[in-house]
Amino acid sequence: MIGTGTGILGAKFLDRTALGKNRQNMHAKRNGAKSLRPLVAAVRDKAQTGVAGLDEITCGGLPSGRTTLLVGGPGSGKTILALQFLVHGARDSREPGIFVAFEETSKRIADNAEGFGWKLAELRRKKKLFFMDAQPMPDLIQMGNFDLGGMLAALDAQIEEMGARRIVFDALDIVLELMPDMAVKRREVYKLHEWLLARKLTAVITSKASGDENLSIGQDSFGFMQFMVDCAVVLNHNVVKGVSQRNLRVQKYRGTSFDENQSPFVIGKGGMEVGVARTIGRVDAKVTDERVSSGVERLDTMLSGGYYRGACVLITGYPGTAKTTLSGSFAEAACGRGERTMFVSFDSDGSEVIRNLGSVGIRLDRYAKNGALCMISARTISGSAETFLVRIKRLAKEHKARCVVIDPVSTLSQSGNELTAHGVAERLFDWSKCDGITLVCTSLLDEASSESVSGSSLQISKIADTWIHLNYLMQAGERNRGISIIKSRGTSHSNQMRELILSSRGVTLTDAYTAGGEVLMGALRWQRESADRAAKEIGEVAGNLKRVKLAAEEAELEVRVKSLQVELAAKQVEKELLVRTTENVEGELSQDRTRMRQMRGSDAMKEGRQ
Amino acid sequence: MKPQGKKNVTFKFTLYIAGDTVNSWQAVSNLTSICKIHLPDHYEIELVDVLRNPKRALKDRILMTPTLIKFSPTPVGRVIGTLNQALPVLQALGIGISNP
Repeated sequence: MIGTGTGILGAKFLDRTALGKNRQNMHAKRNGAKSLRPLVAAVRDKAQTGVAGLDEITCGGLPSGRTTLLVGGPGSGKTILALQFLVHGARDSREPGIFVAFEETSKRIADNAEGFGWKLAELRRKKKLFFMDAQPMPDLIQMGNFDLGGMLAALDAQIEEMGARRIVFDALDIVLELMPDMAVKRREVYKLHEWLLARKLTAVITSKASGDENLSIGQDSFGFMQFMVDCAVVLNHNVVKGVSQRNLRVQKYRGTSFDENQSPFVIGKGGMEVGVARTIGRVDAKVTDERVSSGVERLDTMLSGGYYRGACVLITGYPGTAKTTLSGSFAEAACGRGERTMFVSFDSDGSEVIRNLGSVGIRLDRYAKNGALCMISARTISGSAETFLVRIKRLAKEHKARCVVIDPVSTLSQSGNELTAHGVAERLFDWSKCDGITLVCTSLLDEASSESVSGSSLQISKIADTWIHLNYLMQAGERNRGISIIKSRGTSHSNQMRELILSSRGVTLTDAYTAGGEVLMGALRWQRESADRAAKEIGEVAGNLKRVKLAAEEAELEVRVKSLQVELAAKQVEKELLVRTTENVEGELSQDRTRMRQMRGSDAMKEGRQ
Repeated sequence: MKPQGKKNVTFKFTLYIAGDTVNSWQAVSNLTSICKIHLPDHYEIELVDVLRNPKRALKDRILMTPTLIKFSPTPVGRVIGTLNQALPVLQALGIGISNP
């Protein structure tokens, strides 16, 4: 006796020293910020569930060493969630677990869960996971009072053997049904709860509840369990307009904050996945200045360089405004750069898209062949918006896509998904940003809805980084496609509308005719442009004529100048001649006179000659 | 008040109880008295306390206590509870009674 006593004391002492630091912190907090938050919240440890999203909702997982109640209607995913919790513990958290199956046999549960790739057989072989078959025998006869002592004793042995830390009681209601009255049920559940707490097991008890969440409290025969446990999670499975919608809500979680809203979830390939929006304040998206081409040269110029890498681009427009073509050219450019790209088409088959885009010079077939491009046809998929998101995420991950095109994203809000689609679209954008994926979404505008009202039925235009709008301009019996950039965050962009022209050589943008306050496109633009061209030609000809005339006049003047110059020269020569003649005349006259004098024998000449 | 035809057959019962509780002792005393009255001299009772022998409870899939299992003669029969009424218990275990 004395020996055990010291043992316990020793353990307590160790406990205290290990916790000492935490406690001091707690005290410090308590003194610093008085009664701001309950004491427990900060220090309670949590057991991760391994369910993507659920750990975020519960700020870390289910309460460790406490009991969680999981209620839901038939087929709401209780067993899967509980099993995933166990598998995660056994595989990733070094917490072996026991699954007590009251309803289905363990073999069936294991078979059903085979598809999730959890390797249950291996975990069972390594004694990290144990299934206890506890289905009441169908031929069971009940006579007099009984309790669950046998099961708990058996579990005690098993817990000790494998050092289990987690336990799941699946469909506890089955065994409670056998109890004769409410008081006994209540007593047994309380005993079970005490037993769990004493062993510090992190427990999940699943129980059926009517489909209506509001009824599950109080009115349900096992409603008292919801008051007893520390955490309660309600699973719902509704059908809205023929579309299955699953969601989950943490109803209570003692001593911690949690997301109180309903969160949609899906049961996918790897188990359960809860869709949560990122919580406020977590800024972890990688931002870069890198630009990626939109595939249309002029559009890149309009956006002063293209889309940002990691941006979410929204292309809206009415049917037939070349949304697919524009997104296709983005895909082609991405593949051309050697980036892995995924093209999700909700409208048509993958090969159809490739053929149709081929007609406008966007050749995707070669990239589809060499594996850079992954075409996903989702035309026939029906289901909740959440399912779409999960599939898109998984496919993109499998393909290691850097660029994703979703054509059109407005499919998400089809009938039955009106309420959830917006949240899904937001998470889609959020996901692509976190992963640095450049996302181009097209969105179909309703013929009736006007651009000013919503932009798109999903109201995602406000979270998109770049919003390109395509529309028709009806003029003179023609429909011409116009493209304009409504917004583009963080880049300067053209405010002008351009005309989008599709030809067999590809997509080109042309300036719309905008002179004089008119916006003209198509044939009218061509007419106006050719009229302008003609007017310009006439002007040019007239100018040429004038130039020729002037040149002629110039030449004439030059000629005149030349002739005058010649005349001048002649006059000068004449004048010189005249001078010279005059001199000669004078000289000859004097010679004549001299000769005369000589002939007359003048003596003056003699003297002069000497 | 004698069982029909099966005078040579020995009935083998195993009674699983969980510790020293009212339910346990009621079940033990009810079973003993039923056997004494209806199966005099050809019955065997094995008493298993699942708290002392939990492996056994695990092996035999004992959920609720008290549980009575008749292993032989076949078919195996199970009854849970304190066995406070003799007739349904006997019926459940396939023990025919000539003169109730």
